[in-house]
Amino acid sequence: MLMSLAGIVFGVAFFVLTQAQTSGFQGFFVKTILGANGAIRVQDRFQSTVTTMVARGDSDGTEVEIALRRGQRYVPGIQQPQSVLEALRQFEAVTAATPVLRGNGTLRSGFRSERGRIHGIELDSYLEVTELQNQVAAADLAEFEQTMDGILIGKELAQRLSIQVGDPVFIDAGGVNQVRFRVCGIFTTGISQIDRYHFYTHMRTARSVLEEWDDVTYIQAMLRDPERAIVVARHVEEALGHWVASWQERERSWLEVFRVLRFSSAISMSCIILIAGLGMFNTLAIIVMERAREIAILRSVGYSRGDIARIFLYQGLIIYVIGWVLGCLAGVGLTALIESLPIRIRGIFSTDHFIMHWAWSHYLWAGVITAIVVFTASLLPARRAAQIEPGEVIRGTSG
Amino acid sequence: MSMEEKRSPALRVEDLHRWLGSGETRQHVLRGLNFSLEAGKVYGVIGPSGCGKSTLLYLLGLLDHPDKGAIFLNGQRLDSASDRERTRLRGELLGFVFQFHFLLSEFTARENIMLPILKVGGTEAEAKAKADRLLHAVGLTNKANNFGNMLSGGEQQRVAVARALANDPSLILADEPTGNLDQANSELLFNLLCKVARERGKTVLIVTHNRDLADRCDEVLAMRDGAFVSSDAY
Repeated sequence: MLMSLAGIVFGVAFFVLTQAQTSGFQGFFVKTILGANGAIRVQDRFQSTVTTMVARGDSDGTEVEIALRRGQRYVPGIQQPQSVLEALRQFEAVTAATPVLRGNGTLRSGFRSERGRIHGIELDSYLEVTELQNQVAAADLAEFEQTMDGILIGKELAQRLSIQVGDPVFIDAGGVNQVRFRVCGIFTTGISQIDRYHFYTHMRTARSVLEEWDDVTYIQAMLRDPERAIVVARHVEEALGHWVASWQERERSWLEVFRVLRFSSAISMSCIILIAGLGMFNTLAIIVMERAREIAILRSVGYSRGDIARIFLYQGLIIYVIGWVLGCLAGVGLTALIESLPIRIRGIFSTDHFIMHWAWSHYLWAGVITAIVVFTASLLPARRAAQIEPGEVIRGTSG
Repeated sequence: MSMEEKRSPALRVEDLHRWLGSGETRQHVLRGLNFSLEAGKVYGVIGPSGCGKSTLLYLLGLLDHPDKGAIFLNGQRLDSASDRERTRLRGELLGFVFQFHFLLSEFTARENIMLPILKVGGTEAEAKAKADRLLHAVGLTNKANNFGNMLSGGEQQRVAVARALANDPSLILADEPTGNLDQANSELLFNLLCKVARERGKTVLIVTHNRDLADRCDEVLAMRDGAFVSSDAY
């Protein structure tokens, strides 16, 4: 029975640990992408289209237009961004919104050049929607605010160009001239794709570089409850006539990976609990056989089948409570231990240690799974014990 | 208790049949037994092995089901009771003493006696007090806290008698209670059962192979091939 108890403790502890770990990394990933890209992104405008066919009447020669297929046509970018922003800010769920003008460009520094994506931003509103403030030094951000030809550049891109804060850099966006900028700050989001290719300039400067004077590429917005982004995106889409992507839709593949990881680790850890449950079932079944005489005695002095079954269920309950409590304590210890371990992760996010998410739900789910396993493992032996006929057992042992 | 009450039939059995086994091995173990037992008396059931003594005891103790016939205890029909009712009756009206003491080894002598009392709803304090009185009655006051394996065979059987008396049952069924005891302890135990019957007005039925013991009972029921025969014939 001690082995079964140990198995349950082990299973619960590792269930809690793996859930804390996977949901911790997932939460950090979500925080990172929300901090970089906002909760929803309003993009291309769409127009409804109808393909029609003209049919001529037989007798009087009148022509009839028949609608054949309804569809949508996307118009790239956002025209009249100010009015879209105004409309977007009317939504209760939206806390902040900012326009972004995006284009491709080549950065040159000395003899090096790198392709990247220029992002023209309005700094004040951009800081409300993103975590840029935490991704770049405060002094550098202030410097950028004051410098019209300033540029904020991703860390990896800066490394590839071997440039530092204060260095000059040239941007060639396919126009006639290269435009000279000064590096005001180097940011790190932790998302490799952003840190490797993105750089930010003031909106007005970006318009001049990209020669785009009215439109913006997209508007990104932050929501009161980012978890409701899908629903809000649909409402905004209907109201504004623009294609709106929620963060869940944009990051669907990564979120799916995290979901599968969490699910598979939960299954693996549940299997450990299940194996412990099988061990417990075995032990209880043997106890029932070994204790048939005692069970018969209890039955003969007035204990009912239910009383006998309850003895074994009670035994299971004790194992469950002890196993779950010790498992939770071990889970807390392991989670704290792993959280303190160093690990360098770069790519979809940036961290130098394990990220754990502490949640009651992990402990509760471990408790629910353990309860099901332990109850099932106790129920069958308990039923078998209850079915013992005292007369047969006593007759068999009376010699 | 008046003499009339003491001598009124406590247990009545009518046309009791029991078959055991199946197919070719099916045996008619009890062949229509009819008898009645009075309160305050000790009855001995004797007979050769396989004659149906123990089967009769288990039927009377509601540990087995008769195939035919009826059992009445204090006017109440027992054999047709539901499983739940049989369990209750076993706890309240019946007491068992088996050949092997069958004490629960994890419990002390006192706790073994407390078990049936707690089952019928007694509080722990009541059960403890009653267990101590019973231990005193069987002469084991100083062994109350001893576990089963710390008691001698005779002491274990006396604890078993005390446990059988725990809920003040009407009928005490003893299956070879002295089978594993030496002469002195057998004597002690038999006297104890007689005392219980006479002083407390219980009906005691002892199944035994021991003819001498049976002869000392108030009445002897001799069995052969599932039926009663004259006690002289055995």
